Amino acid sequence: MANTQTINLSEHVGHHDHAHDHDEHEESFVSKYIFSMDHKMISRQFLITAIVMAVVAMTMSIIFRMQLAWPGEKFAFINSVLGDKWGKDGVLDPNMYLALVTIHGTIMVFFVLTGGLSGTFANLLIPYQVGARDMASGFLNMLSYWFFFLSSIIMIGSLFIEDGPASGGWTIYPPLSALPEAMPGSKLGMTLWLISMTFFIVSSLLGGINYIVTIINLRTKGMKMTRMPLTMWAILITAILGVLSFPVLVSCVVLLICDRSLGTSFYLSDIYIGGRPLDNVGGSPVLFEHLFWFLGHPEVYIVLLPALGITSEIISTSSRKPIFGYRAMIGSMLAIGFLSFIVWGHHMFLTGMNPFLGSVFVFTTLLIAIPSAVKAFNYITTLWKGNIQYTPAMLFSIGLVSSFVTGGVTGIILADSTLDINVHDTYFVVAHFHIVMGLSAIFGMFAGIYHWFPKMFLRMMNKKLGYLHFWLTFVCAYGVFFPMHFIGLAGVPRRYYTNSAFPMFDNLVDINEIVTVFAILAALAQFVFIFNFFYSIFRGEKAPQNPWNSNTLEWTNPMANIHGNWPGPLPVVHRWAYDYSKPGAENDFIPQTVPLLEGEHDGGGH
Amino acid sequence: MKLLILIGLVLLIIAVHQLMRVVELSRQFKKGNEWTVTDKDNSFNGKAMLLFGFAFIGFFFWQINRWGDNSLPGAASEHGLKIDALWDYNMYLVSFVFVLTNAVLFYYAYKYKGKKGIQATFLAHDNRLEMIWTIVPAVVLAFIIIFGLKYWNDITTRSTDSNKVTIELYAKQFDWTARYPGKDKVLGSTDYRQIDGGNSVGLDTLDATGHDDILIKNEFHIPVNREIEFKMRSRDVIHSAFMPHFRAQMNCVPGMVTTFKFTPNKTTSEMRKDPYVIQLMAGINEVRTKKGEEPVEFDYTLLCNKICGASHYNMQMTIIVDTEKDYKEWLSKQKQFKTLASK
Repeated sequence: MANTQTINLSEHVGHHDHAHDHDEHEESFVSKYIFSMDHKMISRQFLITAIVMAVVAMTMSIIFRMQLAWPGEKFAFINSVLGDKWGKDGVLDPNMYLALVTIHGTIMVFFVLTGGLSGTFANLLIPYQVGARDMASGFLNMLSYWFFFLSSIIMIGSLFIEDGPASGGWTIYPPLSALPEAMPGSKLGMTLWLISMTFFIVSSLLGGINYIVTIINLRTKGMKMTRMPLTMWAILITAILGVLSFPVLVSCVVLLICDRSLGTSFYLSDIYIGGRPLDNVGGSPVLFEHLFWFLGHPEVYIVLLPALGITSEIISTSSRKPIFGYRAMIGSMLAIGFLSFIVWGHHMFLTGMNPFLGSVFVFTTLLIAIPSAVKAFNYITTLWKGNIQYTPAMLFSIGLVSSFVTGGVTGIILADSTLDINVHDTYFVVAHFHIVMGLSAIFGMFAGIYHWFPKMFLRMMNKKLGYLHFWLTFVCAYGVFFPMHFIGLAGVPRRYYTNSAFPMFDNLVDINEIVTVFAILAALAQFVFIFNFFYSIFRGEKAPQNPWNSNTLEWTNPMANIHGNWPGPLPVVHRWAYDYSKPGAENDFIPQTVPLLEGEHDGGGH
Repeated sequence: MKLLILIGLVLLIIAVHQLMRVVELSRQFKKGNEWTVTDKDNSFNGKAMLLFGFAFIGFFFWQINRWGDNSLPGAASEHGLKIDALWDYNMYLVSFVFVLTNAVLFYYAYKYKGKKGIQATFLAHDNRLEMIWTIVPAVVLAFIIIFGLKYWNDITTRSTDSNKVTIELYAKQFDWTARYPGKDKVLGSTDYRQIDGGNSVGLDTLDATGHDDILIKNEFHIPVNREIEFKMRSRDVIHSAFMPHFRAQMNCVPGMVTTFKFTPNKTTSEMRKDPYVIQLMAGINEVRTKKGEEPVEFDYTLLCNKICGASHYNMQMTIIVDTEKDYKEWLSKQKQFKTLASK
């Protein structure tokens, strides 16, 4: 029944869009490039916005890394970027340090790796890979981007106000974030942060609902759930996580806004600040932490899952082998998605939360290691006896598997409340989440960009620059984040403006310098990418229809950004997406549109 | 200066532009294109993967060798020794998994680098293998969970020791106060509305049990081999009392009292004679001398470990672990709240 419905829907959309083809010439600049409802254009808008945001966040990290390596040293660079108020004589101001750390985290987690990653690839790939004319609602999709844009503008705008942007850490725990007396960043900057995030959540929900509806309802004929590429599964699960968890962040944020402006006491109690006792009683910051992390932990997987989906696709294509354990991959993503909702308390072992409740979260958190291990081993087995084609996308995918494992294993330590006591909130945690979440997700994003660039811009990126970009990034990324484990083992807390206030950290100067040097190199390496990206948009070589000899549907349509995606009828799917190097086949790939031969089994059976 | 930068930028743009033209011109004379992956590319990247694998694992051991000795000294508390042991087991285990998995990954990345004419093996799944790497991690994790939770329960159960010392750690932007109960062994009750210059922790002045409480700044003492029960409070925002040498940490949350207990097992002077600590301090003092700063002796430290504002990085207190006798002597010399307040 579901199938007939799907067909009807897609037919309907098909007709609708055929009519559209004729108006194409009349499209104005505004409706084509700005308020576009076309999923391909929206995807490009998301990507380019995210790249701009990433450059901002990366620059911030360089500034605070310079302060950490050479505290008190004068840098003309810092003065020229931050001006005399926040970078007097080239020395970073402590409040601005916290602001940079906060906004760096916020932009990277939300704007680059949630909005940027999901927004780009969900929009680009869903209609292409399930065989639809466009997203279920082009209008909502357009709104999703423009809310994202608006929230980006507000977040960036908050950098330029007098008291500086929000600076209570990206987790904005009250009372620090609730009381303007506590720090300058909790004045107007915090208000802007909260407004920006509210718009961001609106964007994320509009996008997420659209992704889910499109994947469920607009699959083309023959595209059963069990034939969908893993990218689609990853994006579907991500969207469900987002739709279920982001609203909780809204309530969390709204209550904080009430505490800040209406005098309520949801999170505040028994506080004496600014020379007077506050009237607020009965609230608890622990409530905030529960609400925040109820989104905050699924958020980690909202960031990670699309990257894992992208890599699954690329590792299979570039190894010229089916992804190993397709169903196990789906199962483990579902398990990760489900578990991600019941582990948030592992961020709160030491907050005063009941220790028994902590034990429950230890149990659920460590369970996540099982599906994660399955995924890692399945990736590695996919390489086994493959014929690996080293596109830049494949290099980044292997980079992802490495960082996923390297960062993942320290998760086993941190999930153990007993061991967490001494490394909680230290650089050990900073190392852990940057490697497992930051690096993995950004590697996945780079892999996706290199792989689907031809689909987006109809041209190819330069492979040599891609190789250079990968190797510099990969080496420097580990150079930045691996040594941080050792800083953490020496007991250094995160978000310290300088380590020099404690003699016990004096022997860590050389580690901090090494980390910063690698960070600067890594940042410079990104210009190779940015050059390659923008150069190739305009001057890259023209892309052929299926440059990577891939099976999925997006490579079956002509290389042109046309409305409705396929000029004729929608393609019909006959097989799963992973028939690479199938014995007896003529080519080492069989697109999903090729009918099964008589006696041929679908889904990897012989 | 700005003009120079501007000129430099313009020159750079021109240079890049010229370079691009050269590349574009030379492209016409080349066979192939700039994106197709050749056997040469595969061979180069495959080998680079192997090389990276070696370098990466080498870097891991190099770091342990070079920076491992910067780590905190062994725990100076009874439960801390258990944490250390558990830490070691877990760390060996995950390091093993880390090295092995990365080694296999980079080896395969090298071994199966593509070549024209090779046919990849069509292997879609293998239930036996997948069962292995579901069940083995599950069993290992079961052990990790059981041991972790056993210790966690021991560490977090409420103190029942009648001989314990109760100390309140009171946090505010940006310093700590330690409060001792005084002779009646009862910490006086508090009321944040009574905080003022003479009553920095907000003691309820109507509660007589608080009058003999002792308030300490900068450096507080605790006795060795006795259970210390900390009660944490905060005046303004969330802070976190982090005492890394004792493997102790707990947030200080406005509006509630949190607790953490431990039994220190080495006095400060014993710790200063520990060979690891001597070597650690030698390293620290070497750096300090180079910077032109005074050498320091080892001290236990209390740090703030939850972002709390501009001076978060410098919110500290020294902890001295004394013998019972020295501790009593020190405590008897401290002033009581009543005398402090009446000043």
